[in-house]
Amino acid sequence: MSWITRTRQQLTGFLARRDTPDNLWTKCKNCGAMVYTKEWEDNASVCPRCDHHDRIGPKARFAQLFDGDYRVLPAAKVAEDPLKFKDQKKYTDRLKAARAATGEPEAMMVADGQIMGRRAIVGVQDFAFMGGSMGMGVGEAFLAGVDAALAASAPYIVFTAAGGARMQEGILSLMQMPRTTVGIQQLHDAGLPYIVVLTDPTTGGVTASYAMLGDVQIAEPNALIGFAGQRVIEQTIREKLPEGFQRAEYLLEHGMLDMVVHRRDLKDTLGRLIGLLMARRIAA
Amino acid sequence: MSQYLDFEKPIAQIAQRAADYRAAGDEAGARHAEGAARRLLAETYARLTPWQKTMVARHPQRPHFTDTVKALVADFMPLAGDRAYGEDEAIIGGIGTLRGQNIPVVVIGHEKGSDTASRVKHNFGMGRPEGYRKAARLVELAGRFNVPVITLADSAGAYPGVDGEARGQAEAIARATAAFLAAPVPIIAAITGEGMSGGAIGIAAADRVIMFEHAVYAVISPEGCASILWRTAEKGQNRAADAAEAMKVTAADCKALGVIDTIVPEPLGGAHRDPQAAIASLAMAIAAELQPLLAKSPQQLIRDRRAKYLAMGRTL
Repeated sequence: MSWITRTRQQLTGFLARRDTPDNLWTKCKNCGAMVYTKEWEDNASVCPRCDHHDRIGPKARFAQLFDGDYRVLPAAKVAEDPLKFKDQKKYTDRLKAARAATGEPEAMMVADGQIMGRRAIVGVQDFAFMGGSMGMGVGEAFLAGVDAALAASAPYIVFTAAGGARMQEGILSLMQMPRTTVGIQQLHDAGLPYIVVLTDPTTGGVTASYAMLGDVQIAEPNALIGFAGQRVIEQTIREKLPEGFQRAEYLLEHGMLDMVVHRRDLKDTLGRLIGLLMARRIAA
Repeated sequence: MSQYLDFEKPIAQIAQRAADYRAAGDEAGARHAEGAARRLLAETYARLTPWQKTMVARHPQRPHFTDTVKALVADFMPLAGDRAYGEDEAIIGGIGTLRGQNIPVVVIGHEKGSDTASRVKHNFGMGRPEGYRKAARLVELAGRFNVPVITLADSAGAYPGVDGEARGQAEAIARATAAFLAAPVPIIAAITGEGMSGGAIGIAAADRVIMFEHAVYAVISPEGCASILWRTAEKGQNRAADAAEAMKVTAADCKALGVIDTIVPEPLGGAHRDPQAAIASLAMAIAAELQPLLAKSPQQLIRDRRAKYLAMGRTL
């Protein structure tokens, strides 16, 4: 056996063992294209073939948005499982699983950093954490972001992604709607911009509160945005839903958004926007 | 004559026996059976399960907005329209004089209707964006004229339809909530029947939130919760009852969680057995809640209301 053959065998064995691990290639959930993961991530997790905007978590979002370093705000302490809720699983077990899967304490993370040289507080909801659902933890994270914005006299930008309220926290999850709204009114009083970027999907109680109260409303292309779930609506009206219903472009057409912005242009759009809104701000 | 709910069948049977005795001329027997029926009714209602309370809260003969306002307010003048698209009769609003207090109030609430025609007219109390925009408009009107606001929440939820979504159901609810939180006048919200989800909170962010003894208040209907969290439920099992239990939907639960302030007692056997007594009980509770609020300045009201919501749930 020549050294060449030997090396080739070793190489083949090595490659076979690797057997295209999950993270080497990414399959687009929309068009099915297999994209080299490095290329996928360099393209901000947007499919280079069909422009599908994949769901991303807080850390990827912060990395895409901030100029350089940023500081993640400490997670707020809230009562864990205030209802002692149990369906087919215990709520505490669901929380544990979500924490293990995401490595994050809750479905929203807030960070303080700079966007195009301008300080901004950015909150990002994580759909991977129990469907981004809004309970006390998300409410407190949202409000911690408000407090940070007030303390820094900085704009507050929130990326929404949620199925809605966290049922396992019962009526307390519904109360996050007025609670977060109070936070937004504090920003209004202080003359600080509150900008919402709706990402796929944003529905339910989140849409019916802080996701729709931005000074400026931006959405990512094709994001599902609505109040009621599509299954519920179909059951109610007993007919097929219109094409493109509850998608970002549909909302833009119906006057619910200022703009639909491609992910690669978000940083630039947000940077310019906060510059314009803060330029002549009168401090309260 | 009250329509009996499923879990009230034993009571219905004894009441029927009483009627039979009376028809047979046995007055003593009838009285005896009536006493037994009353005792069983009291026992049953003293320990209703959350799911049974949901049934009571949805009872078709429970007093609705129109009945309540008639008793609560003199010369009620409905005010219609959202000034943008239409008039939504699922949410009624108007102005009148609060009886016994002799001050003007703006009253806003869901109306479910009481027969087929009126249920359709009021869309079973499920509001569309126009209803929430009207509510926001009327709260702002109340604020301009220093008129307190009373709301009556009784809805299975905001209407889930294509038209509502097209016209911004979510945005309308969010803006209504914001209008309530910014109002410089006292606001009392009463959860009178079903307070379900965004449909309820859109008119229920208030200085004081009161709730009928057998009303339910929840982030989603027990059926909705069950269909999402108990997807693999075996046939025939009432998972909605489990969901109602798990979500803690009763007035006592909501009070313990600090979400509501006061529980309003209902007549024996629920508000539907004596609507006028129930409404009188509600009127008393509203008057008691309103007095201390009237002494507050607009700034103080807004400050305290915001502080209350910010603090909610933090000390559990």
